[in-house]
Amino acid sequence: MSNTIQEEFGRKGRPITDVDAQEITRIEELSYDLRIFEVMSREVFSLSSKQTMRDVIDLLRIRRISGAPVVDDGELVGVISTEDLMRALTQNDLESPIRKYMAVNVITVKSYEPVVKALETFTRTNIGRLPVTNENDELVGMITKGDITRGVLVAIRKDYKEEEIRRYRVRHLFEDITSDRTSLTLRYKIKPRDFVNGGQASSHIKRAMLRLGATAQLARQCGIAVYEAEMNLIIHTTNGGILRVQIEPHRILMQTTDDGPGIPDVNKALQPGWSTAPQEARSMGFGAGMGLVNIKSCVDKMEIFSGAGKGTRLMMEIHLRPNEKFMASTEGTQKPGI
Amino acid sequence: MTLQEIIAKLNLTVLTTPRDFSTVTPQGGYASDLLSCVMAGAQPDNVWVTLQAHMNVVAVAALREVAAVIITENAQPEPDVIAKANDQNVTLLSTSAPSYEVVGRLWEMGIR
Repeated sequence: MSNTIQEEFGRKGRPITDVDAQEITRIEELSYDLRIFEVMSREVFSLSSKQTMRDVIDLLRIRRISGAPVVDDGELVGVISTEDLMRALTQNDLESPIRKYMAVNVITVKSYEPVVKALETFTRTNIGRLPVTNENDELVGMITKGDITRGVLVAIRKDYKEEEIRRYRVRHLFEDITSDRTSLTLRYKIKPRDFVNGGQASSHIKRAMLRLGATAQLARQCGIAVYEAEMNLIIHTTNGGILRVQIEPHRILMQTTDDGPGIPDVNKALQPGWSTAPQEARSMGFGAGMGLVNIKSCVDKMEIFSGAGKGTRLMMEIHLRPNEKFMASTEGTQKPGI
Repeated sequence: MTLQEIIAKLNLTVLTTPRDFSTVTPQGGYASDLLSCVMAGAQPDNVWVTLQAHMNVVAVAALREVAAVIITENAQPEPDVIAKANDQNVTLLSTSAPSYEVVGRLWEMGIR
């Protein structure tokens, strides 16, 4: 994305800041990245203003389109649509020239503009088809919402392929590293009461594990465990905490640490249904008292170190079964239990 | 039964960017407003019925890989929740019917 486009089409009518940029979805991003000429239909069926409204019927019917540009001597002079046709039909005036019914103030978009410009024009004008012109104002194509949807889908499919390639590369990165014990540590800072970003770290962890070649089941299990742990930091801690995931060839270690307020009675906290979540969290559906229970069912080992007025350390460990092992292909890392 | 048919039969509003729902075949469902219960109980490709409509619904739905979330009683997610759902490939559907009715009708349709 070039700066000029960001400035011109910022969502709130101002340049996009870093914070905004984070919130932009891939689809929105694509509507800025893709240019109109990449998605438009190049096959344009145009008519001359001297042709009759009956010719319009034939063209729209045969080509299954709902409108067409009107071009005289290479110049775009108007557009004619089914609505104009209906007006002619009700007047029983099909032999009149197109000139009489066509719209002359033609709204066009430029082929080099980003797709978002066309979307914006569709919304602003309620027009479903727009003629596309080049820098010399020559008609080069037509664009509809359908063209945009198709273009975005193609681009997303390309994204998907790139994700596959990325996964392949990451997987092989570890094959090239020889050590007696290779591990990868992911660390996330979790802010207290940050419900809006709750689950963000967990989904990043899950994606990282899938890229590294973990089985879907294993990635899910880790996802659940770290999600509950992440939400605990958000719901309960005074100052937030750190979520750390250490991925090793034979196990996954997940750990959260915080500096308070601490759990006075850890055994009570482990009881299903027991919760100290405040009303704010409960109204959002947290505080079922199932968080630690869920974690326990997803991991092989769970330990909590805490006490009233102290910090809390939650340790979770999953031992990888032979069919679950990944990022382990060099000799050193394959020795179990080193 | 495809998600497309479910959307049509229950007259659900699609809140997220529509995709080809005729290729999505939900396997069973789960109903709860307690997120930890959903984390534990929902299975991948379930439909999840809830009246929660906030940001964390998207996180749970994505982590649990549910086929779609049906938000009941016209609870309206904020635009940023919908944007996040699009980003995470989570389908959000909406209905004015209460959860009890939605679950009953899904069960009748064979989503079990």
